[in-house]
Amino acid sequence: MLTIESLSKRFGALTAVDDLSFEVAPGEVLGFLGPNGAGKSTTMKMITGFLTPSAGRVTVNGVDVGSDPVAAKAQIGYLPEGAPAYGDMTVRAFLRFVATVRGLDKATIDARIDEVVNVISLHAVIDQAVETLSKGYKRRVGLAQAIIHDPKILILDEPTDGLDPNQKHEVRKLIQSMAKDKIIVVSTHILEEVSAVCSRAMIIAQGRVVFDGTPDELAQRGDAAASNRMDDAFRELTLGVAA
Amino acid sequence: MSNSITGTIFKRELRAYFATPLAYVFIVIFLALSGVFTFYLGNFYGRGQADLQSFFGFHPWLYLLLVPAIAMRLWAEERKSGTIELLLTLPVTMWQAVLGKFLAAWAFVGIALALTFPMWITVNYLGTPDNGVIVAGYLGSLLMAGGYLAIGACVSAATKNQVIAFIAALVICLVFTLAGFPLVLDAFSAWAPQALVELVSSLSFLSHFQAISKGVLALSDVLYFLVMIGAWLLAGAIVIDLKKAE
Repeated sequence: MLTIESLSKRFGALTAVDDLSFEVAPGEVLGFLGPNGAGKSTTMKMITGFLTPSAGRVTVNGVDVGSDPVAAKAQIGYLPEGAPAYGDMTVRAFLRFVATVRGLDKATIDARIDEVVNVISLHAVIDQAVETLSKGYKRRVGLAQAIIHDPKILILDEPTDGLDPNQKHEVRKLIQSMAKDKIIVVSTHILEEVSAVCSRAMIIAQGRVVFDGTPDELAQRGDAAASNRMDDAFRELTLGVAA
Repeated sequence: MSNSITGTIFKRELRAYFATPLAYVFIVIFLALSGVFTFYLGNFYGRGQADLQSFFGFHPWLYLLLVPAIAMRLWAEERKSGTIELLLTLPVTMWQAVLGKFLAAWAFVGIALALTFPMWITVNYLGTPDNGVIVAGYLGSLLMAGGYLAIGACVSAATKNQVIAFIAALVICLVFTLAGFPLVLDAFSAWAPQALVELVSSLSFLSHFQAISKGVLALSDVLYFLVMIGAWLLAGAIVIDLKKAE
């Protein structure tokens, strides 16, 4: 269980995340939506222990991220925004580095890398330096490092950004295939993605939850006459807060 | 377990130096300059002494220029490329990350320093130097390089801009190099109480290094550098924590 309790983050006068509370259970894929600057990435950075909250707390399966960050981080796989990776390393060396730091058994690391490379189709570039890769491959390397230790919790910040339609499809399939026993939180701008992979949609605007329900319920909120009901619901919910 | 994480980060970092031309350029310039300084400016032959004083004497100035160039990328690059977020969301403590990266940079400078061994061979070929003094000189030089690096690492944590990191580190290193000299002391003696002036004067890299390189391996001089390194690394860890949101 991923539990977020009254989470807030202030940067000077700006409140990026404002008293956010929610829970995500295993088997759920939460689509985290919102306009740019709504606080999606900031929330994910706090869940993964990168940023310290101004108030509130995050617990992953009972482990407090604030008081025992190493144990909490060990349970999480995280794809940060922009899929950063060490450009000077080859894909294999990079995955091996992450796996070693994650404490994977030396004997099983190579087998595990093969497995992940298979699932994410990285064969073609496995011995290339990360900095020479296309945007799509870089994103997939980021995904590979996030799942290398088979984490119970996956936090993916815009996992399909910069991918072509085929790659998007692959990544969505991958997320669905892992959904059974994991807690997955995916942030995205693409509303179709929510209906495609998420079991639950949450829209935040100005750091607050403005919608929390199933993708179908979100579509129901939109004007039936609109060409895309989900887009319409999103506009209504987020512009209403901004006004 | 915790040691192996620091070790894994250390190995990754050290390899990264040699993955780019930076390492080779640094080593070549370091060796060339140390040779030029020793033989021309230091008048190695003219002195007629079988020692490496003219070699070690220039190390503070050599490091002043070259170590900030190594240190500037330490954290500035992690922040610029976003890998800092990747690194610090792995199950590592801040201290493991700070120490692993610092030790790799230090080992790298140590490799460059070790490659000056022909100098040692030369002086043994030409005469019969006190090799104990030379060992002390190498040790002192390495400790001093660590001090410069720790300062540079802390400054590097404060900015994404490597040029700013380089210049700021160079200025701070200069102040610490010359802390015992009128250039720095005059800025304090006009207004500060005597005790503070003495404290500042005791922080000089140059006087502690000179004491060690003369062959007097006093615990206080070694401790001075180790405390200096520890304090700047701690300051660096705090800066990283404060600035990572940006």
